Amino acid sequence: MWRKFLDSHLFYSFRRDWVAIASFIVLSVLVLTALFAPLIAPHNPYDPSGVDLMEAETPPVWMEGGTTKFLLGTDAQGRGILSTMIYGMRTSLMIGMGAVFLQAFLGIFIGLVSGYFGGKLDGFLMRLADVQLSFSTLLVAIFAGAIFQTAFGVAKYEQMAVPLLICIIGLAEWPQIARTVRASVLAEKKKEYVEAARVIGLPSARIMLRHILPNTLSPVLVIATVQVANAVMSEAALSFLGFGMPVTRPSLGSLIKSGFEFIFSGSWWITIFPGVLLVVLILVINLLGDFMRDVLNPRLYKGK
Amino acid sequence: MFAFLIRRIIQAILVMLIISFIGFSLKRSFGDPVRDLVGVSVSKEERDKLSEKLGLNDPAMVQYARFLKNALHGDVGQSFFYKKPALDVILSKAPATLELVFVSSLFIILLSVPAGVYAAIHPKRKLARLIMGVSTLGVSVPVFFTAIMMIYIFSVELHWMPSFGRGTLVTVFGGWKTGLLTSDGWLHLIMPAIALSSIMLPLFIRLIQAEMMEVLESEYVKFAFAKGLKRVRIFMLHAFKNTLLPVITVGGVQLGTMIAFTILTETVFNWQGMGAMFVEAVERGDTSLLVAYLVVVGVIFIIVNTLVDIVYGLVNPMIRVAGRK
Repeated sequence: MWRKFLDSHLFYSFRRDWVAIASFIVLSVLVLTALFAPLIAPHNPYDPSGVDLMEAETPPVWMEGGTTKFLLGTDAQGRGILSTMIYGMRTSLMIGMGAVFLQAFLGIFIGLVSGYFGGKLDGFLMRLADVQLSFSTLLVAIFAGAIFQTAFGVAKYEQMAVPLLICIIGLAEWPQIARTVRASVLAEKKKEYVEAARVIGLPSARIMLRHILPNTLSPVLVIATVQVANAVMSEAALSFLGFGMPVTRPSLGSLIKSGFEFIFSGSWWITIFPGVLLVVLILVINLLGDFMRDVLNPRLYKGK
Repeated sequence: MFAFLIRRIIQAILVMLIISFIGFSLKRSFGDPVRDLVGVSVSKEERDKLSEKLGLNDPAMVQYARFLKNALHGDVGQSFFYKKPALDVILSKAPATLELVFVSSLFIILLSVPAGVYAAIHPKRKLARLIMGVSTLGVSVPVFFTAIMMIYIFSVELHWMPSFGRGTLVTVFGGWKTGLLTSDGWLHLIMPAIALSSIMLPLFIRLIQAEMMEVLESEYVKFAFAKGLKRVRIFMLHAFKNTLLPVITVGGVQLGTMIAFTILTETVFNWQGMGAMFVEAVERGDTSLLVAYLVVVGVIFIIVNTLVDIVYGLVNPMIRVAGRK
């Protein structure tokens, strides 16, 4: 398995693309930092006893008045920016990955069923996907966030924010994956191995899952990568509008939101640092996605 | 073509019904029309009388039919906060949003076409690489963060630009308050417009570049080169024309993203348009206004999208034939 991966076209191209390597390294560092946040972060921002209001709005260490206790300064409640950023990234990534798992599950299931059985069901599901896509995933997510917040009330919404955001973003973005899977299923369905499997009388579910599905996964992989970036961005946008994570359990988006008003009084670090981290996170995922699309999408071979 | 048209319009109506139903159920479950009309300091008997008079005790379907009928007449409810019909509130906010969208669309069209075409024709040149690099970075920066960075650099640090509001406005025919006729209005408009186009512009540059590269690889373009036609003629007349088709479709789809971005941009710049109003309506629990915004955006959206689809069907016969089956 490992040997096979090392010999693959994907890995061969990867070794020759320094942008991809650099993005991969940065992304790995960020993901590991998020994963081991409690070990790495200098303070625990959720622990109220460690927070001192007297230390609020301390500038970063290289500026006048900064201390080495808070390398990147503190926010308006006296929490260290570095720690809140690491925990915020953890939340952002968790929601982003969760949303992508949900949409991949939905998208693969709907795409398989739709492409394999065809007919009225296919027509209906793809119309639904068309309509939802035409509304743009971000707009659907914002509307859904606003509706849920009205429905549950702010306090309850904030309690359930993580699963709700995963659902909202996942449900808003399934059509892209469903469409891709359906397109590859349509192409695979005509091939002889599927015919053969059908002739020996295998049940449809088995043909779909064991025979067709593995052959549709490489475009799904490409899209899913880019979708993580999109989901993180949607989450940040929702949180920034106040339909996302509460300030008490911030994601990168809500950190930017809570720091925004302080740039007018000069405390730029509260909002700029989380923002820069968000941009770096999205950028490296997008770069990896671009790289995979160029390698795995044979349609683009000739252009290079 | 006729069948295509009819099918497209039926679909539009269906989607509109679904949106109106979501809006209606939202309003029925969480809105309080009695409070919207008279406020909170009225006795219980009078409230009951009013809710009977408004038909709030009727069966849900009857109420939905009434909601639809009123919406068709342009009445989508009363805003609790503004004490005005919700549609009037939205219409009074619309000019701000429309001007913002108009100016940033101009930016996008005027800049993305030359940049994308140039990067496709000379992919190896330094400038082309710079354009593509910046575009890749550009699609990764969230709109609201671009806006915040601009405010920090140009308003807080350099004091060049105003950071919020629309500046001096003049009223032109029919109560349309515009900022496009005063220099102060333009000064306020520039940063929001750039922020609004900050993801769309790189997206379109990347799209135009990719499509154009692909067209340039095609047989007929190579043939045109072999015939010895002028390069400019090939690029513009042969290649770019065929690049436009997918760009138009994507452009139609991007309208929804654009509306989402106006919500974000207007919130950052405190731009008194429909998007900022929507966020405030959610915060204030002004359900009627929220529903009205949902319905109005839905209508604008479906009209534009149906038109784009029909135009696309006219330009590209493959779509309507394939759709017919």
